[in-house]
Amino acid sequence: MPPLATLPSTFPRLSGVVYTTLLNHRPQLAALGDAVHAAPYKAPPQHPVLGVKPRNTLAADGDALVVPAGFDAVGIGASLGLVVGRTACRVSADEALSFLAGYVLVNEVSLPRESHYRPAVRFMARDGYCPVGATVVPTSDVTAPDDLGVRVWIDGVLVRHTTTGDRVRPVAALLADVTAFMTLQPGDVLTLGAAADAPLARVGQTVEIEIDGLGRLHHPVVAEGSVA
Amino acid sequence: MNPISSDFSRRTARVAFDGAIHTATPHPQSLQLADGRVLAEDAVVWLPPFEVGTIIALGLNYADHVKELAKELTVTSKDEPLVFLKGPGALIGHRGQTRRPQDVRFMHYECELAVVIGAPARNVRAADAMAHVAGYTVCNDYAVRDYLENWYRPNLRVKNRDGGTVLGPWFVPADEVPDPHALTLRTLVNGRVTQQGTTANMVNDIPALIEYLSSFMTLQPGDVILTGTPDGVVNVNVGDEVITEIDGIGRLVNTLVGDDLFGI
Repeated sequence: MPPLATLPSTFPRLSGVVYTTLLNHRPQLAALGDAVHAAPYKAPPQHPVLGVKPRNTLAADGDALVVPAGFDAVGIGASLGLVVGRTACRVSADEALSFLAGYVLVNEVSLPRESHYRPAVRFMARDGYCPVGATVVPTSDVTAPDDLGVRVWIDGVLVRHTTTGDRVRPVAALLADVTAFMTLQPGDVLTLGAAADAPLARVGQTVEIEIDGLGRLHHPVVAEGSVA
Repeated sequence: MNPISSDFSRRTARVAFDGAIHTATPHPQSLQLADGRVLAEDAVVWLPPFEVGTIIALGLNYADHVKELAKELTVTSKDEPLVFLKGPGALIGHRGQTRRPQDVRFMHYECELAVVIGAPARNVRAADAMAHVAGYTVCNDYAVRDYLENWYRPNLRVKNRDGGTVLGPWFVPADEVPDPHALTLRTLVNGRVTQQGTTANMVNDIPALIEYLSSFMTLQPGDVILTGTPDGVVNVNVGDEVITEIDGIGRLVNTLVGDDLFGI
């Protein structure tokens, strides 16, 4: 049996649990303006706003994004996935990064919607709505996780170029504030959250996303019921 | 010699005992491991009774509970089902301990019928839905109302806390439950009944929920639907013993403990 250090580079194995962070990009909250104080919200979010991408949403590079009847496009949320390397419960921001095994590219796909009041599971947890990159890049290879270039192409045209910066909670603070109330296990993924104004990809188009150093994911967008 | 008694029921539990995890079945003296050993209820550690996949929960799915919360709601039960998801870290078994944060004023239990999926379901119509149900168990899905925020509500800080979703004790096969919409639910806090209702009062019944959910997500064996709670939720405190029970399904015990045990 080989020593642990020679385990293949695909380690760690993902657990299949993906938590997404919503409304973490400062411009997205800013764009809501005074609405954050009005009904139904009544106050800006005080703690991390999270969603769950269950196992039916997991998809790989090349898989189709399926648009249901009543919609003609999906929102593309290129996002930094934080892959947990050891059990993280109530970790401090100072030590948070040491609990990660690495980073992975995640596409937080969702149907367009106006409201942030309810969990919107029908919009976010559809089959195949969480493509995850094939490679977990070790933390040691990503020196500035809060300043990585993020790009989205639709039909080969660069439509969005942002970074992983300007977040309400950067990577370390997010891990601290989330593990304050829920323990993350090795192989779990917590995303940093996509940038504001997620590009919409229409049926028939092809989407490609990239984060510096984490590779790319590409997907055709198809209508539900169409033959793949 | 203890006879292996499979005639009593096909109910199963998962328990830890003597250094291993076992499947157990009911026995007149409490439970019996598959290897024949008969044990008392308090001799084992009870785990959630099956390998849990996706945890899907319903809010506001009992007409009386909607009325109870009406003052703070801006929606009615006529809207789309209020669905939220949870992660596996929330789960804890029968006779476990759940932490109640010291700084909160209102933490309450929720006695719920948990529906376990047994066959993949995608675009299943209500009329065909029950064929996708493997069975049932009892859930106590705690909520910390102080932590509610109106962003993707109920937010995970309220509903996805470590050990805040109690499941068990038994997995009950569907064919042992003739009518899952005619079951009495009840919660006892320190022996006093504080919540009582019937699964007949679900706003969206089990077939409707499976039709709705499977219209956008593939349900898979082991996925569980927590179908909501009737009215009668009250604050519980450290030291309280909370028993959520559903007639014919099970009696699920949990005890609330304080921050001190966790070094907080």
